[in-house]
Amino acid sequence: MELPVEHLDENRVTGLLPSRDPVRLIDENGTLTDDDARGGYQLPPAEMLGDAYRRMVMGRRFDTEATALTRQGRLAVYPSSRGQEACQVGGVLALQQQDWLFPTYRDTMSLVTRGVDAVEALGLLRGDWHCGYDPMRERIAPQCTPLATHAPHAAGLAYAARRRGDDTVALAFIGDGGTSEGDFHEALNFAAVFGAPVVFVIQNNRYAISVPLSRQTAAPSLAYKGIGYGIRSEQVDGNDVAAVLAVLTDAIDHARSGHGPMLVEAHTYRIEAHTNADDAGRYRDASETAVWIPRDPISRLERYLSGAGALSEEDIRRVQESAEAYAEDLRARMNVDPVVRPEEMFEHVLTEPTPQLRRQRETVSGLSADGG
Amino acid sequence: MLAAISQNGAVMTLAVSMVQALNAALRDALRADDSVVVFGEDVGALGGVFRVTDGLTDEFGEDRCFDTPLAESGIVGFAAGMAMQGFRPVVEMQFDAFAYPAFEQIASHVAKMRNRTRGTVTMPMVIRIPYGGGIGGVEHHSDSSESHYAHIPGLKVATPATVDDAYSLLREAIDDPDPVVFMEPKGLYWAKAETELPARTAPFGHAATRRAGDDVTLVAYGPAVKVALEAAEAASEEGVEAEVIDLRTLAPYDDVTVAKSVSNTGRCVVISEATGFAGIAGELAARVQQECFYSLAAPVLRVTGFDIPYPPPMHEHHYLPSVDRVLDTINQLEWD
Ligand SMILES: Cc1ncc(C[n+]2csc(CCOP(=O)(O)OP(=O)(O)O)c2C)c(N)n1
Ligand SMILES: [Mg+2]
Repeated sequence: MELPVEHLDENRVTGLLPSRDPVRLIDENGTLTDDDARGGYQLPPAEMLGDAYRRMVMGRRFDTEATALTRQGRLAVYPSSRGQEACQVGGVLALQQQDWLFPTYRDTMSLVTRGVDAVEALGLLRGDWHCGYDPMRERIAPQCTPLATHAPHAAGLAYAARRRGDDTVALAFIGDGGTSEGDFHEALNFAAVFGAPVVFVIQNNRYAISVPLSRQTAAPSLAYKGIGYGIRSEQVDGNDVAAVLAVLTDAIDHARSGHGPMLVEAHTYRIEAHTNADDAGRYRDASETAVWIPRDPISRLERYLSGAGALSEEDIRRVQESAEAYAEDLRARMNVDPVVRPEEMFEHVLTEPTPQLRRQRETVSGLSADGG
Repeated sequence: MLAAISQNGAVMTLAVSMVQALNAALRDALRADDSVVVFGEDVGALGGVFRVTDGLTDEFGEDRCFDTPLAESGIVGFAAGMAMQGFRPVVEMQFDAFAYPAFEQIASHVAKMRNRTRGTVTMPMVIRIPYGGGIGGVEHHSDSSESHYAHIPGLKVATPATVDDAYSLLREAIDDPDPVVFMEPKGLYWAKAETELPARTAPFGHAATRRAGDDVTLVAYGPAVKVALEAAEAASEEGVEAEVIDLRTLAPYDDVTVAKSVSNTGRCVVISEATGFAGIAGELAARVQQECFYSLAAPVLRVTGFDIPYPPPMHEHHYLPSVDRVLDTINQLEWD
């Protein structure tokens, strides 16, 4: 019996599939890769790479400082993105000003890279409020903790912006573990069906707290999750910022020019434990982490740029100096106790507080006045 | 639109069903404000399984009223993203129990967004949920899930019991700057009233006294209001005059109207279809005893669904608060 199924268009299928291997432009030794590894992508201009280098150094210094501040009790918790600088910085540099970023708890580095004040960016993790910056001003959604639940927001916002006639693209970061959540799949499907200009970027750092990638998926790679939704997909060496920039710039162009969403898997590694409160020694061997140290995104780009004559010793020193100054300023400001008003807990729940909320606010106000 | 103009120019009132009133409210909201969009499962060509969105795609086009993939979390999450761009999404969940996949989006994002961003990101959206039983539905089609939503700070929860309220509360929900879970009592969908639309009734947070009485206060909402009114008529024949209060919105909750009535009657029965344990009815009872303690002649009692999963259709008449159960309960209120 002949089934009433449309014949598969091979080109449509292969057009959606990611490159066979993750796209890589600069290898671990700082050497340009050959055509095979490039997957047709071009090396971004040296100027852009220089900027990415500077921001990755700043980003790592921010991350180290945040970890130190956590040890001193200044942050409630800190999930480090050390080792993921190429994704954090590459993702943000590929965006234009009108675009929206949808970050997770892991992506604080991307916030400061986009220009959010470092203290405001740490608001969630310091705990003086849930979101320390103004999302509308920064065009960055609040950092999302319930895994993957921000993915449908990115799809909805991108679709809505397009309907309004804006050429806004949304970029949503998600973890490898997050791809197992239903909302990730619902978001991909909605984005594809409505042609929403959104780019989903999986930072596959190989762990969801303690659970390794092999427990999240049996797919050849997470980038293959796009094809079932009709979404063009790509995979990239997530520690090669040149490749991340090239692939994401292309993905964002694809979305902006009306071709719908894209899914990009960036292969990287979580160098630190899940957070300061986690003990990675219970589930992974230090020898595994050691393999990833030479794949470091910063040293790789430093080697390439130095070899190409685009980065001098003096340049490196200057970048490090400004990173130190940045960290020092952050430390000084974080060492001042934030002023918190308990009344604020009641002030943003609804546009107009209910009579019951008003009474509860007064109770807390009275108690804190008594206590103080 | 639903009121016809007679030949001599006078407006005639017509019998309008709750479904028609809800449909008219959506239509008028779509007409009044370009940022209103309606979407969900089967809301387009079909007009919704209960026909609440009937004809909206025809009149306003695919951009304003459209079908989505079949995924409730996706629907609510997508709406949240659209709200961030200034749209006012009105999304339909097909049935009470099929809204559960969206619970995380509702609880973690829709309800909290305003608060976590200090009021800079708002969620002016409406989640419409047909709820409650009495329609002979098989399992997963008759849940009273209102307590789940009323328990979440940051949400408003409205539930009409009259045709006029269906129109007016839904219009208000759509205009509200905060997210509203709009619970539509399926059992009253086809109930008709002589009315003229657009109707405007009291705003959110104001309960309505549906029947005056000095002996006992019956507090109800949604589908239970009808039961309360019928019980009040029956009680009247036995010489007990019941005041019937329809809450209209569960959040915000109108302490004042309820307390005023119970302070006068000294007796109170709370009626709710939902499972009693840890539900709205318990909250109401607690508030009444707290605010009216010295006026009370008897403990505050509740008539609710039993603490069991909603039963199969052949059993549901035993589960639902009935006139008889309300009357029995009124009889227990220490009359001598
Ligand atoms: C819905 C939900 N379930 C569980 C958690 C607890 N949790 C926080 S982070 C995490 C692991 C996430 O892993 P992944 O998505 O790979 O992101 P990564 O932390 O590696 O950046 C878990 C289980 C959560 N935040 N949300
Ligand atoms: Mg991970």
